[in-house]
Amino acid sequence: MKVAIIAGTPGAGKTSVLIHTIKTLINEGYNPVVVKIDCLYTDDDVRYKKLGIPVLVGLSKDMCPDHFAIYNFEEMVDWAKDKGDILLIETAGLCHRCAPYTKNSLGICVIDATSGPNTPRKVGPFLTSADIVVITKGDIISQAEREVFRERVLEMNPDCRIYEVNGLTGQGCVEIAKEIIESKDIEDLENEELRHNAPLCICTLCVGETRVSKKYHRGILRRIDGFMGYEGE
Amino acid sequence: MEIKEITIVGGYDKNGNPEPVREVTIKRGEIVGVVGPTGSGKSNLISDIEQLAQGDTISKRRILVNGEVPPIEMRRDPKKRRIAQLSQNMNFLADMTVEEFILMHAKSRGVYRENIVDEVLELANKLTGEPIKKDYNLTILSGGQSRSLMVADVAVISDSPIVLIDEIENAGIKKHEALELLAGYGKIVLVITHDPVLALMTDRRIVMRNGGMQKIIETTEEEKEISRKINEVDNWLLSLREKIRLGERLTYEDVSLVVKG
Repeated sequence: MKVAIIAGTPGAGKTSVLIHTIKTLINEGYNPVVVKIDCLYTDDDVRYKKLGIPVLVGLSKDMCPDHFAIYNFEEMVDWAKDKGDILLIETAGLCHRCAPYTKNSLGICVIDATSGPNTPRKVGPFLTSADIVVITKGDIISQAEREVFRERVLEMNPDCRIYEVNGLTGQGCVEIAKEIIESKDIEDLENEELRHNAPLCICTLCVGETRVSKKYHRGILRRIDGFMGYEGE
Repeated sequence: MEIKEITIVGGYDKNGNPEPVREVTIKRGEIVGVVGPTGSGKSNLISDIEQLAQGDTISKRRILVNGEVPPIEMRRDPKKRRIAQLSQNMNFLADMTVEEFILMHAKSRGVYRENIVDEVLELANKLTGEPIKKDYNLTILSGGQSRSLMVADVAVISDSPIVLIDEIENAGIKKHEALELLAGYGKIVLVITHDPVLALMTDRRIVMRNGGMQKIIETTEEEKEISRKINEVDNWLLSLREKIRLGERLTYEDVSLVVKG
């Protein structure tokens, strides 16, 4: 089964880009299915269902949605297996320190050109380890600024393929569909690995500690002076 | 690849009807105007050319370079696309200094030259009133300064065989100088304009309506002569504007040619 994982900043247009891409996939004779991972709420499933394809929603609640997506990877593939031939996982992301992409999936990062050319420097592995970077909303800034944005993306991820896409009209989505069709299959789910480690986060906050004072915290902690250490037994 | 001409192959208008003009070829050295009411699809036409559309935009137009479908790398990579576009969208969102921006843009275009920042700024400052300095943050530039910077950027950094201009008359900058600077020698230039002086400076103009190319009008000798005449009126108006800008008073003497005191 082919799996594409789509991550991106909120409001960048992930769902719109995917909807146009799915239309092309359907036209080409494929049967895509979608899993939408979000934190608290989503109505994107309604938009996907209009395309007449199977849709599964996962709400991660108080857990990081990318972690949630990773833990449920096998479940999602199992769910998708007898329903279609291409699994598209759209994940909400949160801190953008994550890269939910696995080695044999197609990693697609959707990023909004109006967020300014410093954004690619701020968002981390979900951009730097993506196979494909989709730049949206380029039509509302100048050509020069668009090119500067693109250059910044390439500085952060020199090996990615960039597509400038119009989420409203779907212009550029045909190429993304083509990339998905040409991507490799995931064959050995049990040994599939993440492309980049998930963020460092094993601490007392993770299990519900709410007091802020330093003395209550255990685990792997990084201090503002850059010193990192392990507190605990 | 040397770009000798581009061809716009007609698509469909807003109602899905084939647009009446089925094909236009524009050769090097030609300036073509694009006219039509607001909402008639002028900007979309320009953007189809900028993206080298191949039936994948709303209009379903196709753009050929030297009579052929351009290679995919040319569509994908701005270094290879060699089209400079000056759009109406000139509000800067980038939180960086003018110098950083120019250097980044030069890099994205593969232009490596010493003094590139000074070169761009010197030109930009010829077109605008208050000079732009290199340590200014982009976001504080005024509308006129932004546009001047973009014109200079197109002339120096995006110096390309195809130049697309979307309504520079709204820029509050010296438009004749700007157009001359942009058109250069031996380029393919498309200019969207409502301004009779600019529209009649072109060789032909594409008339847009309802998202489609309706017809093409050749500029007559008479029209070119008219353009020169209204240019004088335009310069006269500009001189009045300059006076007001510089804090002077106007008198009936300034307008004696057309207004009886």
